[in-house]
Amino acid sequence: MPPQPGSPAGGAAFAPLAIELSGISKSFGAVQANRDIHLAVRRGTIHGIVGENGAGKSTLMSILYGFYEADAGEIRINGRATPIRDSQAAIAAGIGMVHQHFMLVEPFTVLENVILGAENGPLLRPSLARARTELTRLAKEYELQVDPDAVVGELSVGFQQRVEILKALYRECDILILDEPTGVLTPAEADHLFRILEHLKSEGKTILLITHKLREIMAATDEVSVMRRGEMVRTLTTAETSPAELAELMVGRRVLLRVEKTPATPGPVLLETRDLSLTDAKGVERLRAVSLEVRAGEILGIAGVAGNGQSELLEVLAGIAPATSGEVRLKGEPLDISRTTNADDRRRRGIAHVPEDRHRRGLVMPYQTWENTSFGYHDLPKFCAHLGLMKGDAMREDARGKIERFDIRPPDPNLKAANFSGGNQQKIVLAREIECGPDVLLIGQPTRGVDIGAIEFIHRQIVALRDAGKAIILVSVELDEIQALSDRIVVMFDGRVSGTRQAADTDERELGLLMAGIEPDKGAAA
Amino acid sequence: MNTSLPRWVDLGLIPALNLTLAFLVAGLVVVFIGENPVQALRFLVVGSLGSSYGIGFTLFYATTFVFTGLSVAIAFHAGLFNIGGEGQAALGGIGATLVCLAVPWPHWTLALPFALLGAGLFGAAWAFLPGYLQAKRGSHVVITTIMFNFIASALVVYLLVNVMKVPGSMSPETRNFAPGTHLPFMHEMLGAIGITVAKTPMNLSALLALLAAFLTWVLIWRTRLGYEMRAFGFSEPAAVYAGIDPVKITVIAMVLSGAMAGMMALNVVMGFQHRLVLDYVGGAGFVGIAVSLMGRSHPLGVVLAAILFGILYQGGAELAFEMPNISREMIVVIQALVILFTGALENLVRIPMQRLFARSRTRAA
Repeated sequence: MPPQPGSPAGGAAFAPLAIELSGISKSFGAVQANRDIHLAVRRGTIHGIVGENGAGKSTLMSILYGFYEADAGEIRINGRATPIRDSQAAIAAGIGMVHQHFMLVEPFTVLENVILGAENGPLLRPSLARARTELTRLAKEYELQVDPDAVVGELSVGFQQRVEILKALYRECDILILDEPTGVLTPAEADHLFRILEHLKSEGKTILLITHKLREIMAATDEVSVMRRGEMVRTLTTAETSPAELAELMVGRRVLLRVEKTPATPGPVLLETRDLSLTDAKGVERLRAVSLEVRAGEILGIAGVAGNGQSELLEVLAGIAPATSGEVRLKGEPLDISRTTNADDRRRRGIAHVPEDRHRRGLVMPYQTWENTSFGYHDLPKFCAHLGLMKGDAMREDARGKIERFDIRPPDPNLKAANFSGGNQQKIVLAREIECGPDVLLIGQPTRGVDIGAIEFIHRQIVALRDAGKAIILVSVELDEIQALSDRIVVMFDGRVSGTRQAADTDERELGLLMAGIEPDKGAAA
Repeated sequence: MNTSLPRWVDLGLIPALNLTLAFLVAGLVVVFIGENPVQALRFLVVGSLGSSYGIGFTLFYATTFVFTGLSVAIAFHAGLFNIGGEGQAALGGIGATLVCLAVPWPHWTLALPFALLGAGLFGAAWAFLPGYLQAKRGSHVVITTIMFNFIASALVVYLLVNVMKVPGSMSPETRNFAPGTHLPFMHEMLGAIGITVAKTPMNLSALLALLAAFLTWVLIWRTRLGYEMRAFGFSEPAAVYAGIDPVKITVIAMVLSGAMAGMMALNVVMGFQHRLVLDYVGGAGFVGIAVSLMGRSHPLGVVLAAILFGILYQGGAELAFEMPNISREMIVVIQALVILFTGALENLVRIPMQRLFARSRTRAA
């Protein structure tokens, strides 16, 4: 008999359970987000939950934290049936949650954020005093040092995350849920986070870690549950499984975790920047004298923790953010980098752009596919007739071709972009930007929020474009992705290029140091 | 998507239910005043639709509301909330009047294109500044257009009292236009083909309004400009990414919107009053907001909503006449209830509908 879904594959079956979900179902309209979920989490363990986007992880956690009420099923906390109707009930049951997008009031101080909603009385002073002593204790106990009087908006994301954890601990939680906690952290910050989690575990807290990074699951968890299409597929003991097995369970078929590509054969330089600098409206230097070049038939990866200037670099190159000084040349010709409205000029010259944020930039979400597949190229005579009348039929026909070649599902040119999954939305953008036949492709976070099956496809498209002799600049916060795809890697830190390496000659440790602004050799010497 | 509704529910059933709710509440108010709500409704309907006279007036009002409603709808598709229709229409009136008075036009067919241009340009000019200020300086159009309404009002008073008034006259209005500028009335046009209807102010502009609605539909859904405007309205970052200039698109959308509001002068000034009187707009610019909201910014919806408001205007006037207890202000209350239920409280009906349809679909699947 195969092991029951939800119960650990082997051993320790008698350890007390912190969370026990049985028969949880939840649907939104016709969409069944969770179907008869069973999950058992032992007290004092770190339990991972993996699954593709839309597998139902977030819905399940939202049910556990009281954002949604399940249509059916039972929640038992520490062995007792506990109905959780709202977040108040979840907090009362000892559950704390650190959301992927932090729920912090940025202009408030750390202390004010911590007591928000947990004030004990109409006057603030006693609450603040109590919180201050409590924070000092927690900081000592769990390596969670944060200045209680710092304004949250001025803290780095790593510290903001600690505030979120402190908020949960201040409410005396026993069970901590973390939703994709490392997405915005440097490798070092992520390591620190996992040390904190180990501490919490040793104090008897139970931790639920939701992530799509299999490496973190392998490194940090005791047990891992895999979800696929709203169902709980298996719960495994982490020590007895492998990333390949987890990936297969997540997707339901074998997947290639590596990108297959031949060594690059770089041609002439297509795009280069010289001393590119950008100071934003608030006077913050986003780019500091960035000089780089990318050749035909080469993928240049730009690594770095989010917010170190990669986004701005991409936007300047794409003609939607103005640089303060420096120059950009395409095939030797200088480009106008002084305005925010140069995107059409870039397209005419053969620079295509897959933006980092496909929801806000890359797609018009209420537009149908056929309107999106020519967005930005709608000026071309094949889409736009005399007198500015759009050729709807030509656009639909063009969309049908792109849908077929890029395997966009469902294959409906009249469906709104908002109704596609993340992976298929990204395919719409990629189809548009690749099929316009660019010389240079700028591509930001190509697989953010994209499921594993689609990642494979997208990576193959990028490599194929390189092999066709195009130049590609790839910005990604996923170091794995940068390493897998790039021929050459530029690391950015604090708006500067902190190092350039051949992808074949470097490793994660060295890149990690560069991402933190440390020159590896000097770091070793010191 | 689990929240989508069939089109007939979205565009037919929900507005109808909202309207029913509005009339139910209005009926309660009528009961509270001590009148019979059924009788009141009868007066309203018969007064507006029961005779060719009533229908003529209803459609005359509706024509005005089509222009101001389309004005709001055009700006709305570009994500701009133009509530300056009142001022833009007032300026449109000046534009049309200047054209009509400046030249001794031999026939309306010659005067019309120029009056159209005059009304449109003046209305557009009044919307250009708020649009430009928003695009360049970030001054929100909601604020600036409403301030421009006051400026327009003061400007028109100044012009009518000091510049355009008939010398020696006590009333703030221009002299009458020459007959060569009068647009043909609907009763004249129908009479020419043998159909006799009551004399009403309804005139050729009603057909122009329908044409304007059609052209607006073409603009929004069939042209590159409309495509870019809608993209900009949905997401400015996406528009910038696609190479659309936010300054240009904001200004163009506002100018088109203002021109459309100015067009209402054709109906009222050139088609009916044949002179410019003080405050000829009379709140139609604001009604346009409600019309556009209720018509969901779709030209066809705008036409239907404009007719509804025409009914409320004409039928309301009859009602106030027949039931003295129901004052003119009471009619405004009923209109307000319609706006409240169709605009602000739309989700009151929509969300239960979505649940209902989601459930029935789950069962079917």
